[in-house]
Amino acid sequence: MRGIIGYGAYVPHHRLKRSAISAALGYGGGKGTRAVAGHDEDATSMAVEASRSLLASLDGSAPTPSSVLFASATPPYLDKTNANVIHAALDLPRAVFAGDVGGSPRSVNAALRGALEGSRPSLIVASDVRTGRPGSADESALGDAAAAWLIGSEQDAPVIAEWLGGASVTAEFLDRWRLPEWNYSRVWEERFGEHAYLPLVAEAAAAAFQQCSLDPADVDIAVVTGLHARAVRGAARAAGVDSTKIADGLTATVGNTGSSHAGLILASVLDDADPGLTIMVIHLADGCDVGFLRTTDAISEYSNANPVAAQISSGNDELSYNAFLTWRGFLDREPPRRPDPTPPAAPPSFRNEDWKYAFIGSRDRGSGAIHLPPQRVSVKGGAVDDMERVPMANVPGTIATFTIDRLAYSLAPPTIAVVIDFDGGGRFNCQLTDARPDQAAIGLRVQMTFRRMLTADGVHNYFWKAKPLSP
Amino acid sequence: MASRGIKDQVAIVGMGCTAFGEHWDKSVDDMLVEASQEAYSSAGIAQDDIDAYWFGTLASGVSGLTLSRALKIDYKPVTRVENMCATGSEAFRNACYAVASGAYDVVAAVGVEKLKDNGMSGLTGAVLPSDGTKSELTAPAMFSLLAPAYANKYGVDEIEMKEVLTRIAWKNHFNGARNKRAQYQKEVGKDTIRNAPLIAGQLGIFDCSGVSDGSAAAIIVRAEDALKYTDNPLYVKALAFAAGPAAGPIDSDYDYTTFHEVSASAADAYAQADVTDPRAQLAMAEVHDCFTPTELVLMEDLGFAERGLAWKEVLAGTFDLDGELPINPDGGLKSFGHPIGASGLRMLFECWLQLRREAPDDRQIKTVTEGGRTLGMTHNLGGGPGECVSFVSIVGSELG
Repeated sequence: MRGIIGYGAYVPHHRLKRSAISAALGYGGGKGTRAVAGHDEDATSMAVEASRSLLASLDGSAPTPSSVLFASATPPYLDKTNANVIHAALDLPRAVFAGDVGGSPRSVNAALRGALEGSRPSLIVASDVRTGRPGSADESALGDAAAAWLIGSEQDAPVIAEWLGGASVTAEFLDRWRLPEWNYSRVWEERFGEHAYLPLVAEAAAAAFQQCSLDPADVDIAVVTGLHARAVRGAARAAGVDSTKIADGLTATVGNTGSSHAGLILASVLDDADPGLTIMVIHLADGCDVGFLRTTDAISEYSNANPVAAQISSGNDELSYNAFLTWRGFLDREPPRRPDPTPPAAPPSFRNEDWKYAFIGSRDRGSGAIHLPPQRVSVKGGAVDDMERVPMANVPGTIATFTIDRLAYSLAPPTIAVVIDFDGGGRFNCQLTDARPDQAAIGLRVQMTFRRMLTADGVHNYFWKAKPLSP
Repeated sequence: MASRGIKDQVAIVGMGCTAFGEHWDKSVDDMLVEASQEAYSSAGIAQDDIDAYWFGTLASGVSGLTLSRALKIDYKPVTRVENMCATGSEAFRNACYAVASGAYDVVAAVGVEKLKDNGMSGLTGAVLPSDGTKSELTAPAMFSLLAPAYANKYGVDEIEMKEVLTRIAWKNHFNGARNKRAQYQKEVGKDTIRNAPLIAGQLGIFDCSGVSDGSAAAIIVRAEDALKYTDNPLYVKALAFAAGPAAGPIDSDYDYTTFHEVSASAADAYAQADVTDPRAQLAMAEVHDCFTPTELVLMEDLGFAERGLAWKEVLAGTFDLDGELPINPDGGLKSFGHPIGASGLRMLFECWLQLRREAPDDRQIKTVTEGGRTLGMTHNLGGGPGECVSFVSIVGSELG
């Protein structure tokens, strides 16, 4: 049996009320909210968070994947493999392959097909930061999120959703496109796309039903996604599936998150799934991919460390449209009269990979003192080179003291700086993110989160910040 | 192994100090020439009389050439030193040792900083290649960490704490208003200080020291030669310096209510100078009030107030110009301004004026004129809470 042995999702903290768009522009917007990656997040950092959530759900019992594949239509780097950052942040062994699949939102299915048809465990992470030009339908309807799957076989770990099979059809037509240097997509007139897509859905669904010896009545729930909203609305009918079977696409709160959307909806479905549930996934993206999963008895034992519903309900919808535009690069604001941020240098980042990416400190074997960053000489007793690695990314802590820095450069001023004492030892100074200044307080409980600190000279500086501990 | 000190072995016989401020019309060279010439005149010497120089600047030049080029020094040793915001003091300390060693008869310590030419707000540090993981706090943010930690530890509520910080800024502005060389020469009302826009934490703009340009210089000779140059030399009683493991940011035992480096350097200085009750024995202290919470904590680290009680002493006026122990009678970093490389020497310049009773009447401290005290302290630190270098000197107008 092969299929999903673990899953995770990450919905960023911020929400933009769609009404904020129309309030500012006089048009656009709509009802509800969309999820917004923080000023310190990108597709890679969100992918790390989704993967960490997955691994937390497996609570140390996850098999080491043979590969980690990052699927994104909004990769932070070209020419440089973004998956390496995920690989490093998760502290995976060097022998684990890391690679990107990217370009279009369909690319995630390339990664999933390879993993499902393979024989070894594979971590697939999809993540997009999506927007459109101010006032566009994309700006309002899309959202930011990441989703992760650990694909494997029952000899690796219990399979919680078995892969039953599927089918794909491909056709060349111009519906949605974007040049690498654009920060928005263009689309053709929507009725044409609907005309092109729906026959492909019908064809793929029919082939998939036949391949798996299923028929529409066997479907308990259908995950339907694609960036062409009008075609997606008609897809279940085209596939012959009753519209009452369609899973909530989370568009009222999160928006359509592109590459990660199917994974996000599926995570939401699996969070509440009983054994024996037959799930149909229909993904419209430059063709149509249809697949079937069936939950197993093992799903009862699986507990998502960060359920999708909880992530959605804990969002903060106070984000201003001005801040949203600034974060996404559409509003170029006057910086403080401070030196330009500088990029991290390659050699020290290379030397300190464990620390910088995986937040691994050192523990003095004698005194037990934990050092963040790792030190050669212990702060307690001065022992030299008697240290062991100590992973700290998943250790919660408490704020010892803090300040609000109104002078520091930030896309979301003011910066909240905190001094953290970790449970079980270790002190670290860093920024507090996903929090309002008035939340900072001595004694506040925090957890670490992987972020993009800044980008300078085209170099993204990935590192860790604290955020309020989830309840 | 011991820190023996060089009590009464060397003396300051001349000093110079430019006005501090936004010197748009003056270069580093201009300020070096002015401070040095004033020091030479003060000591009654010519440049050729000086045997060696210790030159301090954080970032307004590199090497001894920055000084020798400006002053046209005639092939003498010039040592450039840097120790963050304690740079000026470090130039002085090493110059004193050079004289005490017997290597030279007459030595100059000169410090300078030109901060206003870079067009930035606040201080900006040199950027070294790094892995990008160090917390990038601005200076006010770093020192503002002291305030909530102190308040939390000693049960001071937020409003009281703001009042204490305001009182420190108000006092230093009051003192600076009586100093023609200070960057800010106006008294500032407590309401204005209290209600100023916030920069970091509880700190408003008036809680921050002045970013400025300036230079200061001292001429140092052996104590036995001092009276050849002036009737009123200042004898060096103690020179202490401490750099620690800088572990505050990584060690949970550090609680952000003290500077261990300051306590260590103060203890060493008191031992060198045979001072047992600093609050009663010192006539004054110039301390490193880069931000108001720093001055608060220093009152305890330097032994001027009991732990947890400095905030009450501040409110009671203990450290006012006419208080029991005047702190920063020249206005401190707050009002006089903080051109990094010059500040440590500027602190000595105020001791030079006060202990020799040459301060203007409206600022001359009564602990000297009426109390008859003869000792002054300068305290200068560089870095931030939990990771700093600290310098303490004690100078006196009498031998013994």
